[in-house]
Amino acid sequence: MTAIYVLWLRELKRYTRSRSQIIASLGQPMLYLLVLGFGLGSVFQRAGFGSYLQFIAPGIIGMSVLFSSIFSGLGLLWDRQFGFLKEMLVAPVPRIEIMIGRTLGGMTVSVIQGLLVLIIALIVGFRPVNWGHFPMAIVFMLGISLVFAALGVAVGSSLQDMQGFQLIMNFLVMPIYFLSGAMFPLSGQGWALKIATRIDPLSYGIDGMRSMLLGSSTFSPVTDIVVLACAGAVLLVVGAYRFSKIEI
Amino acid sequence: MLTTLLKPTSGVMELDGLNPLTHKNEVRKRFGIVFQDPSLDGDLTAQENMDFHGVLYHVPHKLRKHRTEELLKIFELWDRRGEQVKKFSGGMKRRLEIARGFLHTPRILFLDEPTLGLDPQSRNQLWNHVKEVNEAEKVTVFLTTHYMDEADRVAHRIGVIDHGKLVTQGTPAEIKEQTGTTSLEDAFLKLTGTTIRDESASATDTMRQFAKMWQQGGKR
Repeated sequence: MTAIYVLWLRELKRYTRSRSQIIASLGQPMLYLLVLGFGLGSVFQRAGFGSYLQFIAPGIIGMSVLFSSIFSGLGLLWDRQFGFLKEMLVAPVPRIEIMIGRTLGGMTVSVIQGLLVLIIALIVGFRPVNWGHFPMAIVFMLGISLVFAALGVAVGSSLQDMQGFQLIMNFLVMPIYFLSGAMFPLSGQGWALKIATRIDPLSYGIDGMRSMLLGSSTFSPVTDIVVLACAGAVLLVVGAYRFSKIEI
Repeated sequence: MLTTLLKPTSGVMELDGLNPLTHKNEVRKRFGIVFQDPSLDGDLTAQENMDFHGVLYHVPHKLRKHRTEELLKIFELWDRRGEQVKKFSGGMKRRLEIARGFLHTPRILFLDEPTLGLDPQSRNQLWNHVKEVNEAEKVTVFLTTHYMDEADRVAHRIGVIDHGKLVTQGTPAEIKEQTGTTSLEDAFLKLTGTTIRDESASATDTMRQFAKMWQQGGKR
């Protein structure tokens, strides 16, 4: 158990010590929030959907949770060759504890990241309808981070070099983001897009956050939670299996 | 393979009387290792790197503190213990890794090309420190190197491996006598021939090159 704690603590310490990285990682969500939020605002309003900033804020929070959790897992690739992870793989600690510790660390960091984006959103004018549901919104952030930290571990354990990294970025991470309904409502699309958005686990995370913060959603919150939990459980098992197979 | 990271294709091996395949954790407690590539956490301090290692190897709190102080003093890093490792020089990082490898009092310490890329001063100092602990704690040190003069100077017994096969082994004097040469370098060439071993780059090599570029870029 101490190993899990140590690994979690390590991820947290690394995060809080790299201030420049924290600021850099907030740049992209800010750009989306401000430029898209205000830029597309009037079009969105005219289409009868209400305030775009309100709509997109949970999506952008979901995006930053997605990015930081999946990258924490993909970071394995680097860490196992040039980092502390290699040293841990030969320590008398079961691999599963290493994997859990790292995943929990990645989850914690990405939820903090999500909360930071939420604060920025509040500053630029985002107003949640119901503060009472706020803790549930954090639960959804945790759900998103669980799913994608586990996915990151699964992919990161299988990757062999940095070229694969670009591939993952363009063909996995970006599609997950764009298909999640972070930027557009999940209704009125053609069947192909409709199917794709419903396969994407992030859709349910962001939908859940929307239903908590804005009180409107496409699916029911129960569906959202169940889908996230199932996807998380499956990916954790896959991640743990891939992680146990790492050879250096 | 002895470090439980790779599985053998055939044959049997033992480390301190235990089979690494069946007694993974027992074996892991008994050895320390310093990899060819750095395995420190740059964002953590020297002390934290030692601490985390101690926790992972179940070294009791008090003993951990005591050993950390003792080893950091031997390897002349005690004054810099509160600094982040990424600010350390190459030689300092190496010393810290070796100190860390000794922390849980292993029976054997593996060093994989520990002096690669270090200047003569750091190399000399590093071996003095390693010898000191080796004699004081009776730890077997198992090292690989490409520098024959180094092997000649520090090693008690040497094995020459070529194309994955053990060509010969013995003390430096025995090997020189056996080949009728005066230096280990000549003995090595005589044993393995003078053709250059051109292996194609593996994924790891590509990553290493990438890491190098990155480091240089960061310094500018």
